[in-house]
Amino acid sequence: MAKEEMGEQAASDLSRRDFLRGGATGALTTGLIASVGSPAEASSHGKVLGPGAVSAKLKINGKVRAVEVEPRTTLLDALRNRLDVTGAKRVCDRGTCGACTVLLNGKPVYACSVLAIEAQGQDIVTVEGLGSPGELHPLQAAFIANDAQQCGFCTPGFVVACKAFLDGNPDPTLGEIQKGLGGNLCRCGTYAGIGPAVLEAAKALKGGARNA
Amino acid sequence: MPEYNWPEPSKRRHIGKRTSRLDGPDKTTGHATYSYDVNRPGMLFAKILTCPHAHAKITKLDVSAAKSMAGVKSVRITQDVGTEIQWELDEIVAVAATSEEVADDAIRAIQIEYELLPHFVTEEHKDKAPSSEVAKEESTGDPDAAAAAAEVKIKGFYGIPAISHCCMEPHGQVCEWEGQDQLTAWCSTQAVSGLPGQFADKLEIPTSNVRVITPYMGGGFGSKFSADRWGIDCAEMAKEAQAPVKLFLERNAELAVAGDRPSAYAKIEVGAKKDGTLTYWSSESWGSGGIAGSRGSPPLPYVVEVPNRRQKHISVVTNSATARAWRAPNHPQACFLTMSALEDLAAALKMEPLDFFLKNVGLMGERSDIYESELQKCADLIGWKQRWHPRGEGKGPIKQGLGLALHTWGGRAHNSNCEVTVYPDGNVEAKLGSQDLGTGTKTVIAMVLAETFGLGLDDVKVHIGDSRYPASGGSGGSTTVGGVSSSTRRAALNALAQVFEKVAPGLDAAADQLEIENGAIQVKGTPDRSLSWRKAAARIGPTPITASGKNPGPGKLNDSGVGGVQMADVSVDVETGVVKINQLVAVQDCGLIIDLKTAESQVYGALIMGASYALMEEKILDPVSGRMLNADMEFYKLPGIGDVGKLEVHMMTGERHDKRGVIGLGEPPVISTGAAISNAVANAIGVRVPYLPLTPDRVLDALAKGGAA
Repeated sequence: MAKEEMGEQAASDLSRRDFLRGGATGALTTGLIASVGSPAEASSHGKVLGPGAVSAKLKINGKVRAVEVEPRTTLLDALRNRLDVTGAKRVCDRGTCGACTVLLNGKPVYACSVLAIEAQGQDIVTVEGLGSPGELHPLQAAFIANDAQQCGFCTPGFVVACKAFLDGNPDPTLGEIQKGLGGNLCRCGTYAGIGPAVLEAAKALKGGARNA
Repeated sequence: MPEYNWPEPSKRRHIGKRTSRLDGPDKTTGHATYSYDVNRPGMLFAKILTCPHAHAKITKLDVSAAKSMAGVKSVRITQDVGTEIQWELDEIVAVAATSEEVADDAIRAIQIEYELLPHFVTEEHKDKAPSSEVAKEESTGDPDAAAAAAEVKIKGFYGIPAISHCCMEPHGQVCEWEGQDQLTAWCSTQAVSGLPGQFADKLEIPTSNVRVITPYMGGGFGSKFSADRWGIDCAEMAKEAQAPVKLFLERNAELAVAGDRPSAYAKIEVGAKKDGTLTYWSSESWGSGGIAGSRGSPPLPYVVEVPNRRQKHISVVTNSATARAWRAPNHPQACFLTMSALEDLAAALKMEPLDFFLKNVGLMGERSDIYESELQKCADLIGWKQRWHPRGEGKGPIKQGLGLALHTWGGRAHNSNCEVTVYPDGNVEAKLGSQDLGTGTKTVIAMVLAETFGLGLDDVKVHIGDSRYPASGGSGGSTTVGGVSSSTRRAALNALAQVFEKVAPGLDAAADQLEIENGAIQVKGTPDRSLSWRKAAARIGPTPITASGKNPGPGKLNDSGVGGVQMADVSVDVETGVVKINQLVAVQDCGLIIDLKTAESQVYGALIMGASYALMEEKILDPVSGRMLNADMEFYKLPGIGDVGKLEVHMMTGERHDKRGVIGLGEPPVISTGAAISNAVANAIGVRVPYLPLTPDRVLDALAKGGAA
């Protein structure tokens, strides 16, 4: 079959292989560009804000907090720099690595790619809102049991992404986990623990504890 | 004097067991405060103006507009007019302001002009390099005679590029002064005890006035041992502004400047007898770690001591930032170069690589029998004997292949001091000026402490990450677990001896007749003459007992020198050139394992990092502009959870390994993954892809030159 295809393409003087060899750099063609989480719906209220700081109200983990931010300030920077909510981490700062993943109205977003003022009026849930060291969310407990963290800097983003993933797919296969969590990156190499952790948490969450 | 040894395997409550890391609850809930997360009252945010050119002289610099902006509190010129900048993204000016946004604006307001100078960033073409020198040249045996006598010989060219550390937490710190000469710095560092001296030297204050704190750190991999110029700038700006300053690198600088593993290229000739016995090696290698040259040389030939050999390594200077130690410095390069050439030779010999390496196991030094058992174990786990086929014999467009590689590392325990305190309430704590990079250091210390006192992990506390604690070595070269476990064990035994002194009279025995058994102190072998730990501790009086221990010290608690074997199973689509990893198997020895769970995690992580540099990672420097084209995480690629295949880890345990004591583990398992994957690809497609990473274009190029179509 391969030979036949090659034969047909050779007639056009440009085979698929030649195209890939000459037409693109390797870095661009590995086919591994991670899928990104859905961005929040862009809000357009027609009101021009800024450029100076404006007063905003953000509902974070159930509490409404007032903050002065410039309109260009990302949700991530507002959380970390203005509100001392530092669970979400800044790593790539441009929507690639997932370390800043938070939930906006239950949907996972990269907080580095959402403006703080756009997040007003929405429920923002960060990793701190899922559980605490004394009262772990089943996902957090499963991450610990399966050693799904090393340095731990990507872990909060992963935990939040996993929460959103399981909300949408409470009974996933390992293959679905590997596709569904493609938007988060880890440098220490903790993926071997993350897959089993999500499976274990899925099991623990069945029976109504899912949104606990 | 206590006997300084590890407890017998049968008596261990914690050591060797699978223990979840103790900081897991803080890390998974976002409660772990990394240096980047530290927010101090009144803190300023700093940004850096970096140079966009690989080689240029600053001809004009005007920071007045930045200085006069509202909210700007400090502007610090790091490199002024007339300075020759030697790499892209080098630091020129730092600004501290009331917000990141204001600091960004101030950076944009700086006026700067450069005179462009010629640059060189393509060290693969070493003959065009304006500056290079021979870094190493040596010869053993009679290589010329061996070359003439070799029955089978191959020549090959291989290359592995510079890659970046890409720590998740970038390099940086928060600096805060008390008065004019007391500095506290929350640093993302691998060297808590080593950093105060670096700050003190540059800032001209006493070392004892500098406190470095690192409660958690988000990855280093060898790149975070220095206070760095931006660290000193941060401290200087905090002093000028009289306010705490946070300065962390942006991702582009993190990738381009703060991380670099030197490249290595080599022309290799290697020969053997017809039966596979290696007789001859000759290599001319070169590489660059930026402006400081190659920073050492790869140990060639790697693992296998070919009897007649010569090697020459040339250090090439390029216009990029100086290399930093990257997990097992020079070993992944040496392993890839050597194992590729040896596998090519095995193919020329028409030998199975497994048989070829087993045939030459006698050349693998004093622990060659360990390599032999590791090769066999790894082969069993991946099903080598049932599944291996000669090069390029797969059918259809998806070709499957197997490859293997071997590695070695030292991992000798570093210098470490530990102070252990026993409180009258029975609580026990340890303090060390060490750091946990995510390797499980804190957990390992707690396990040793709890083991020694016969307690549970909840009964002990471990304090690390503060330079005010007893000095401990930097975490590099797989030296930490050996160092901290040994110093902690000695300190704990010393403290326990003092407890024995206090309680001996009450038990009507001499102190040296006491032992800890099942959570109680008892007269040796006499459980009915015992005191529970809490009761015993209550007898020490109102003042806690403290004792210290250090490494090196008495007794054999640690060792150095490990091997390790890895095998890879890949599929290659010969129409697209895409390499997919089906399975990676690692078999690893590392002496006595304290925490099996975090030890295995180190190896799993190393396999993934190895897969990453095998398939994706490369600092791509543009020959025309000298800039790094992929200084971001879209195009500096790391694998995701679905890209690494099935992973299997087997740790070598048992008496032989156990009695060696503790040996470090961070580096060794990352060394041979790239080589094993490259060999598996060669086996799959029937031709060597001479470069890492094995990107589709390179695979297709290799196929075009001959191989399985």
